[in-house]
Amino acid sequence: MSEPVTELLRFATAGSVDDGKSTLIGRLLCDTKSIFEDQLAAVERTSKQRGDEYVNLALLTDGLRAEREQGITIDVAYRYFATPKRKFIIADTPGHIQYTRNMVTGASTADLALVLIDARKGILEQSRRHAFLASLLRIPHMVLCVNKMDLVGYSQEVFENIKQEFREFARKLEVADLTFIPISALNGDNVVDRSKNMPWYEGTSLLHHLEEVHIASDRNLIDARFPVQYVVRPISGAHHDFRGYAGTVAGGMFKPGDSVVVLPSGFESRVRSIETFDGARDQAVPSDSVVITLEDEIDVSRGDMICRPHNRPTVGQDIEAMVCWLGDHTKLAAGNKYAIKHTTKWARAIVNDVRYRLDINSLHRDESADTLSLNEIGRIKLRTTAPLLYDEYRRNRTTGSFLLVDEATNNTVAAGMIL
Amino acid sequence: MNQASFTHLRALESESVHIIREVAAEFDRPVLLFSGGKDSIVMLRLAEKAFWPAKLPFPLMHVDTGHNFPEVLDYRDRRVAEIGARLVVVSVQDSIDAGRVAEEKGPRASRNRLQTTTLLDGITEHGFDAVFGGARRDEEKARAKERVFSFRDEFGQWDPKNQRPELWSLYNGRHQKGEHIRVFPLSNWTELDIWQYIAQENIEIPSIYFSHQRDVFKRDGMWLSTSPFITQMENEHAVPMTVRYRTVGDMSCTGAVESAAATLDEIISEVAASRITERGATRADDRASETAMEDRKRQGYF
Repeated sequence: MSEPVTELLRFATAGSVDDGKSTLIGRLLCDTKSIFEDQLAAVERTSKQRGDEYVNLALLTDGLRAEREQGITIDVAYRYFATPKRKFIIADTPGHIQYTRNMVTGASTADLALVLIDARKGILEQSRRHAFLASLLRIPHMVLCVNKMDLVGYSQEVFENIKQEFREFARKLEVADLTFIPISALNGDNVVDRSKNMPWYEGTSLLHHLEEVHIASDRNLIDARFPVQYVVRPISGAHHDFRGYAGTVAGGMFKPGDSVVVLPSGFESRVRSIETFDGARDQAVPSDSVVITLEDEIDVSRGDMICRPHNRPTVGQDIEAMVCWLGDHTKLAAGNKYAIKHTTKWARAIVNDVRYRLDINSLHRDESADTLSLNEIGRIKLRTTAPLLYDEYRRNRTTGSFLLVDEATNNTVAAGMIL
Repeated sequence: MNQASFTHLRALESESVHIIREVAAEFDRPVLLFSGGKDSIVMLRLAEKAFWPAKLPFPLMHVDTGHNFPEVLDYRDRRVAEIGARLVVVSVQDSIDAGRVAEEKGPRASRNRLQTTTLLDGITEHGFDAVFGGARRDEEKARAKERVFSFRDEFGQWDPKNQRPELWSLYNGRHQKGEHIRVFPLSNWTELDIWQYIAQENIEIPSIYFSHQRDVFKRDGMWLSTSPFITQMENEHAVPMTVRYRTVGDMSCTGAVESAAATLDEIISEVAASRITERGATRADDRASETAMEDRKRQGYF
């Protein structure tokens, strides 16, 4: 049989039931035959028992007892569907509870953000918040779906006004690729097929856009970065002299013969080979998990980074970053110490300063703030016990991101993006 | 540009390999749960890939209910020998003999629930601090919300309302002594992905996944195989049928599906066209209640 050639696209959705988000996702899943009969029957049964007026598709993944009892979504839900062109992973984030924490989590790995707007209500505070977080997390593509077009008479004017207003707002954000699609999730207009009700709309349907949006060039193919994850040293006769560095390419390309430098030691060598279980490769690109062998025997261990001699990450212990605080019962404040995980390296970090807290609705910077609590975002200054090998998050989402972990509870308490 | 590197299976494989290596690098005593079922077979192949040309830096563990399909046990031992791995078997029968758990009574008796105690005892006895499981988020709604690195307290319990946020490809496996982390490298795989991968990699799987003749009887809408481990009730008459298994578990609670799919390509076509989830079609253990899986998982189940 032929090897499947479908690509993988991860996208994040945000919003509440009122926006028609569940209806939209439900329609994408139903129309791509990704909901199974037993799942649908179980949802219908539960909806009926609870006296819901319509079949609540949120129940498909609101599988936790507390969620079903309270009728709310607590956590990010991952849903999967596929078309012959692509496999999709949806990180579906709830609209109200722990909104920021969930949205940031879902957005961290997304290629595309889907923001829903109710055509009758226009751009609300919530829509701005979604868009801001998507841009903060550097999701390369954003689709603004203006939903419930059927309730505004499929009016081009309504759509154009919302589009205009959003473009105005988005100018303050950095959104690389912004697309607007007028839809009716309930009636299926422009969801899978182009709608006959909006002949003035010249773009494609949502599903078509999701299938076609060009994501291959989102990856940073310039800055070669290979955080060493694990040293492979077989203790066997056949591979007696083998010493390889396992990891996932975090940027750029690696090829046999490339001259490289290992940081922080600064030793230089050349790539001898790029090895995998399936044989040697002639190159490795971002997201490839491979094993790199070098021409010279030098000391390399986990936490080191292999890169090119003339294109190195910043090496430093003083970090300026935007962080989103995720801790439930604690606050971030100057003087606090945490464990920090950055690429494949753990260190400790002390907060030197809280520069400001950002109001994610108005984008106002409160410079008098000296703490960050749950769901708050701000700019901080950190000093780490060991040098980190990093790039700006805007340049590289892998080498520019980190976690802070509470050393007493071992909980993950902050997501950081290096400036 | 090498087009092959953009296929979704390559992307899923890379993500899983990354996860497996993180665990090997950061934990003292990982173990990989291996039942001989298709998901653990794929997980084992991914682990081989993660460390090649070195051998697996951790052992495998099988929680043996004693109610196994003989074809699967046979496969397990062959595969383990082939890759030269160390296999730890912990047995529900031993837990029963030691008085740790009591056998359920009646025709619907199953050792499914009892496995949790055996599993947790095994983890404690061997001091495992990371346990790889083959669970996928698409297979069950409680699993849809579980993290890739899923924390377990000193009682082996999962607290779904208090999970660590998980961002980017940065995993937090920190824990105190006595606690452990369940790790699910296949979280983002679907049933169809698993089958496509098995076909692409040409991995051998136990014969019962393919269509075969078997004496089965109907219970609660499911075809169960006759076996020494299950008592047929009066009106449950066995008939010979052409079936295959979509999932492989304890013989007493895993149902067969009617199927003529005798090759991997035929299985893939069947799975792609299937309108019922694999657990819905074949698992009595999930039918106990709406939240049966969550309830078992909270106590430490797979």
